[in-house]
Amino acid sequence: MRAPARKCCGVASHGDVHPLATNSSIVWARGQRRLGKVAEKTGLEIRRLTSAVIDVTDIAVRPGAPVALVGRSGSGKSSLMRAIVDLDLNEGEIMLHGVSRSGMSAPLWRRSVVYIPAEPGWWGERVGDHLTGPDSSEARSALGLDHIQPDQPIDRLSTGERQRLALALGLAREPEALLLDEPTAALDETSRDMVETLLDPMIAAGLVLMMATHDPEQARRLGLQRLEIDGGRIRGAA
Amino acid sequence: MTIDPGNGAVMLAAIFLILNAGLSMALQLGFVRSMLIAALRMTVQLALVGLVLKVVLTSASAWLTFGVMGFMATVAGYEIMARQERRFAGLWGYGLGATTMLLGSAIVTVFALTIQIGPDPWYAPRYAIPLFGMTLGNAMTGIALGLNALTGEVTARRRGIEAHLLTGATRWQAMTPAMRRAATAGMVPIINAMTATGVVALPGMMTGQILAGADPHQAVRYQLMVMFLIAGATGLGLIVAVMGGVIRLTDSRHRIRLDRLRGS
Repeated sequence: MRAPARKCCGVASHGDVHPLATNSSIVWARGQRRLGKVAEKTGLEIRRLTSAVIDVTDIAVRPGAPVALVGRSGSGKSSLMRAIVDLDLNEGEIMLHGVSRSGMSAPLWRRSVVYIPAEPGWWGERVGDHLTGPDSSEARSALGLDHIQPDQPIDRLSTGERQRLALALGLAREPEALLLDEPTAALDETSRDMVETLLDPMIAAGLVLMMATHDPEQARRLGLQRLEIDGGRIRGAA
Repeated sequence: MTIDPGNGAVMLAAIFLILNAGLSMALQLGFVRSMLIAALRMTVQLALVGLVLKVVLTSASAWLTFGVMGFMATVAGYEIMARQERRFAGLWGYGLGATTMLLGSAIVTVFALTIQIGPDPWYAPRYAIPLFGMTLGNAMTGIALGLNALTGEVTARRRGIEAHLLTGATRWQAMTPAMRRAATAGMVPIINAMTATGVVALPGMMTGQILAGADPHQAVRYQLMVMFLIAGATGLGLIVAVMGGVIRLTDSRHRIRLDRLRGS
């Protein structure tokens, strides 16, 4: 079960150095698909981020030191993640491995910082419509989705299957940072264990992970550092 | 020889509207008010158009011709806006539909006048105004349907589009299905009209020409030309309108911007 995990995600180097990239200033070529080589993998640093509902400063998610984003429903967990991936209007300064979000195209940023919502959306009607990206067969297999066929309608999958499928597809994209919004909320114990078993070695290998969760036990099992949000503001860390 | 139906015959034809109104009231179908208002509006509009056309055709003035066409485009632009369930906020609400409709209709009409028909002067109102009117009316319908479908699609399928954006897709890639549905919705009336024309329906313009005593062959040629021009104007305006709509419904950071719709 652990082998596919390493392939899915984590600290593996992605391709060659972009010819225009330097450590301090990176010019992104149009259509570039991956983050260029960076001097040091410092993780995700949110120096300042404001939106209609979010106002946070100085959050750092380091490689191998994952964060559990906790807070009651409506506290701003999903809004923070949406703002980080630039899906909602926001202002701020966010860095990934020392590279500023503002210097990167939004598609490139979202290929590097992958966000899986609590209720994933689907743009096609069938599973196969969403399998056009990187090969996700190993991740799907690790998450117990071998029985899912490409011609199956998405709306025939259970909520848990859809959540695991979205996670598998996200992991297959080998993100530099991963934002998971309650990834096991709709899962039974067995499926939840599959997800944790998949994530555990990735975290050990240096995954940059922020995970919204209501489950303190899960946070403990995965060694997540607690970051509490309330009313769109960070209340405290432990 | 042409038989003028006269005002009495026209009024007589309205008997069927009154019959419809009676049936609607008896069966509580609820379209009496809207049908009667539409019929009254059409009567007033056509009576006024008849008066204006008489003056314009007699004077053959360029200013008057373009003035009438400008007025038609202004009203049609308003119609597009009024037909939107979710219209763009601010100037875009009127501007997008009106400019793209004008663009499609103007290009096609000028093409027809200067290259195909060749009246002297090229803007001769007898040709320019009917041609512009027909292309404008159809472009108006197509663009109104297309923009309505686009904003409806993006609103209804926002999560799916955002899911696509989250994979690193550009706004154009993520919006392609919505664009396709919008373009289809806008083109369906003219495609259906072309399919049915001559088989299940004789188009109004051609029927009018034949009733007015024109040679059927000539009426067919005009009708074909007009249908091609209408399809061209509708398609051209619709594509630009849908692309403009996508630009307005998204931003340079490839985000969906439903806040740019009124009331969002």
